[in-house]
Amino acid sequence: MSLRSPLGRVLGFGSAKEGVGHWWVQRVTAVALIPLTLWFVIALLGKPLHSYEAMRGWLGQPWVAVPTILLIITLAWHSKLGVQVVVEDYVHGKASKTTLLLLSIFVHVAAAVAGVFAVLILALS
Amino acid sequence: MNQRPLSPHLGVYKFMYTMSLSILHRITGLAASVGFLAFVWWLMALASGPGAYESALRVLTSPVAKLLLVGFTFSFVYHFCNGIRHLVWDTGRGLERAQARRSGALVVIAALLITALVVWLGCAALVPSTGAGP
Repeated sequence: MSLRSPLGRVLGFGSAKEGVGHWWVQRVTAVALIPLTLWFVIALLGKPLHSYEAMRGWLGQPWVAVPTILLIITLAWHSKLGVQVVVEDYVHGKASKTTLLLLSIFVHVAAAVAGVFAVLILALS
Repeated sequence: MNQRPLSPHLGVYKFMYTMSLSILHRITGLAASVGFLAFVWWLMALASGPGAYESALRVLTSPVAKLLLVGFTFSFVYHFCNGIRHLVWDTGRGLERAQARRSGALVVIAALLITALVVWLGCAALVPSTGAGP
């Protein structure tokens, strides 16, 4: 008789339904991005992009700032997953693949933080 | 160990335009990722103040940047339209060859038309009233 628990015996040996995690989150973010990007592009096209005052005033409003932050986070996440797939499929050297994957994660997190920070500044100052 | 079967390489298939639409989805996705970085840069310029925004606008309205913006717009619009096509496929619909070819042609036409529309409206928004656009 083994003293190992049933869980201990199966851990690491197969599906915990996590294999579809990447695929599923890519779809979830894709679906979320449909209304978010549609709203942002349509709203933006009606705005005077050349006017600092107008753009700042527009993006600083609560009902604009919050969906914009959602847009930034979702875009960064979806983009990170997509770039990851491309790197995994086409970059074959282990060192270059790992380097690119790390770089992609760092750039995406940095871009997301910068974007959210910028919108917060516009909304809160 | 080295004699294990490999999946056939792309070269064994007869070329179909749906194949180029598939790879274009990845290329436009990558381009949209670069566009996302440009978008964040624009937001940071806006948050940094009037001077920074003005210099950002000067960069964005340069001829090279305008060309890039049109490219980013097409990339984003194509990726958006073809992404919806992929989401429909994920539900198990539209996977027959004739359907996939038809939806592919529809995506290309829609992407070109929407890109033209967005570029036209965008020109009007980016430049203080020169009479261009609606």
